Amino acid sequence: MIPELGHFALILALCVALVQGTVPLYGAARGEPALMALGRMAALAQLALVGVAFAALTHAYLTSDFTVANVVANSHSAKPMLYKFTGVWGNHEGSMLLWTLILALFGAAVAAFGENLPETLRARVLAIQALLGVGFLAFLLFTSNPFERVFPPPADGNGLNPLLQDPGLAFHPPLLYLGYVGFSVAYAFAVAALIEGRVDAAWARWVRPWTLAAWCFLTLGIALGSWWAYYILGWGGFWFWDPVENASLMPWLAGTALLHSAIVVEKRDALKSWTVLLAILAFSLSLLGTFLVRSGVLTSVHAFAQDPARGLYILAFLLAVTGGGLGLYAWRAPALKPGGLFQPVSREGGLILNNLLLSTLAVAVLLGTLYPLFLDLLTGEKVSVGPPFFNATFVPICAPLFAALCVGPFLSWKRSDLWPALRRLQIAFAVSVAAALIAAFAIDGRSTLAAIAFGFGVWLILGTLAGALDRVAGGAGAMQRLRRLPRAFIGMSIAHAGLGVVVLGCVGAGAWNLEAMRAMKHGDRMSFAGYEFTLRGVEEVPGPNWIAERATLEVTRGGAPFTTLRPERRLFTVQRRLIAETAIQTNLVRDLYATLGESDGQGAWVVRLYFNPLAPWIWLGAAFCALGGFVSLTDRRLRVGAPSRRRTVLPPAAQPAE
Amino acid sequence: MTPKRKRLWLLLGSMGVLGAALALVLVSLSDNLVFFYSPTQVAEKSLPPDRRFRLGGLVEPGSVTKEDQGQVTRFRVTDTRRSIEVVYRGLLPDLFREGQGVVTEGSLSAGGVFLAREVLAKHDETYMPPEVAKALKDAGHWRDGAKK
Repeated sequence: MIPELGHFALILALCVALVQGTVPLYGAARGEPALMALGRMAALAQLALVGVAFAALTHAYLTSDFTVANVVANSHSAKPMLYKFTGVWGNHEGSMLLWTLILALFGAAVAAFGENLPETLRARVLAIQALLGVGFLAFLLFTSNPFERVFPPPADGNGLNPLLQDPGLAFHPPLLYLGYVGFSVAYAFAVAALIEGRVDAAWARWVRPWTLAAWCFLTLGIALGSWWAYYILGWGGFWFWDPVENASLMPWLAGTALLHSAIVVEKRDALKSWTVLLAILAFSLSLLGTFLVRSGVLTSVHAFAQDPARGLYILAFLLAVTGGGLGLYAWRAPALKPGGLFQPVSREGGLILNNLLLSTLAVAVLLGTLYPLFLDLLTGEKVSVGPPFFNATFVPICAPLFAALCVGPFLSWKRSDLWPALRRLQIAFAVSVAAALIAAFAIDGRSTLAAIAFGFGVWLILGTLAGALDRVAGGAGAMQRLRRLPRAFIGMSIAHAGLGVVVLGCVGAGAWNLEAMRAMKHGDRMSFAGYEFTLRGVEEVPGPNWIAERATLEVTRGGAPFTTLRPERRLFTVQRRLIAETAIQTNLVRDLYATLGESDGQGAWVVRLYFNPLAPWIWLGAAFCALGGFVSLTDRRLRVGAPSRRRTVLPPAAQPAE
Repeated sequence: MTPKRKRLWLLLGSMGVLGAALALVLVSLSDNLVFFYSPTQVAEKSLPPDRRFRLGGLVEPGSVTKEDQGQVTRFRVTDTRRSIEVVYRGLLPDLFREGQGVVTEGSLSAGGVFLAREVLAKHDETYMPPEVAKALKDAGHWRDGAKK
């Protein structure tokens, strides 16, 4: 009964979305307030209906209702409660339902918080949002119905993919989707603005918080995914340039560019048509990511099982969204009036450079990800584009990006001088060069590139710090100036410094790591990275739905006991699958990382050890980036409810050169 | 400079940066392609040793042996028509199993043995790498067994 209720709610939601996607548009074109007002109610109703559907599916999972095909395929009665819950989106149908729910959530949020949006703009944004909803609801109902029944119901389910039974991955999809789908609001605003034929500072102020929020969630989602890969795959790596990872990186890069170009629109009324284009592209890349993951067109280290019909549907939808958006852009964008003028050396110029480099990075990832697909279509040859390509393109493009990143905030709007900015950065520069030299000669000389990258990481942190100090320090009233720093500036500084921390972490874990593998018998000892590891035995440990072989590795340092690592190999009894569980001991500066391999049947076990310096900083830095975004989001100027008040109360410290 | 010229200047500058970056991307793309071959294709192509490529197929049942206390694995990858011996030193992914699809990356030794530097894991055991499925189809022996 409850699954049917959910199914019915989805059908109703589709009907509501159809109305919401057409009537307010018509109303806005004809200037009829009653028809436009319909959009808000419809958006809230849609959230309620999709919410009911999601609750129904969750109920089926929590109560292990094995009359529902989706539950049978992805759940099992013996599974821990947490994974019964997260299993709701640990499969294709459920994750699409989650996507639709988040889309409805964002639509309802625009309806609820968009009180001071102009009536026509709000009606149009909600209508576009609803049309996107129509696409996803139809996709769910016609190709991937999560509520399909089976008869007769089996006694128990097939269980969830053991790799997904993990707290890190459990919350990776919701965060990622909050990011992907958040860009739909930017898309809806862009399309609505094109229909209206007007983009101004107010528009940018409305778009930016949504983009910023989406960007923060996407950052967290990607970081969580990478962390999961780090500790579950047992290869000691954190990023594999896998198509699925690239799929999330592309919208992140485009979103980052959008975040920065929207500032120019807001502050200087320039770059308008580029910003609209970026908004369309950021969401299109999110959809492309979904298409790549869901359709299985690309070989991936972790692709779900594929289905051509679904892939075809998403491809058609992707073409409609991207093509429609770009077509409208080609038609309407020339009508957008160009805004403020500026010199190449200025804050605007810096942000343009940022946008150029970020979009080039996105293009590089896109090319590397899709090229195998094209080659296959054209010649039938199967190729893969691996880490060497991405390293070879990312490093040279990131270098100028990082170099300019610290200089940009020193430049003033409109026209500026490079030298004063560089002079104020000379200490940061000197220390960074010293750091790179120390890295090359004293820490680890294996890779010159890594040492340079280390210098860049230090530069990002110190350069950002110098920027903040410059705003605050100097004579009396420093405390007062510190208090009056705009939240947006504090947020920016945290995020930029966070990027530096990420870079340092990547250098440490990617280039300076140590690795050893050995077959060990009970009592065997092995020295590695300044520690001694002794195997104290392997025992069998039962879990809720698995049986594990757990090794006890005693770690000593200079003879003194240091810690104990307990890597496992878990056999999931339902799926008869083995999953290695790594053991990681971290002190936030380095990770000791151990995985357990197979036994040779004669008492020896293969043990693999990694020493990953600075590895935790990758995720710590990413968390800083997201934190910076959230702090910036609390800036009054960006508060959705108060978009226009800021202009008049802006303290002079915020824009020194204006 | 008039505003129009300034914009032109800016546009040209941007194009220059973008063009340079794109050239860089394309050059490194052509340098870093890794081709995928089935055992039959490897036999036909007579690839030079040290050329890095991906070899995919099924792990031949009964071919997996361990050496050096389990640290080195030897197995044969087959597309049911031909097979190639593979040596891999390291921990195998959890899904590695006889009769299952596998993709390995590495290069041929002078003796014709494939030295795998990487054995790729799959997310899902019902998942068959599309290249492997195609290689099996080409060999004329597409079996449904591996798909279930």
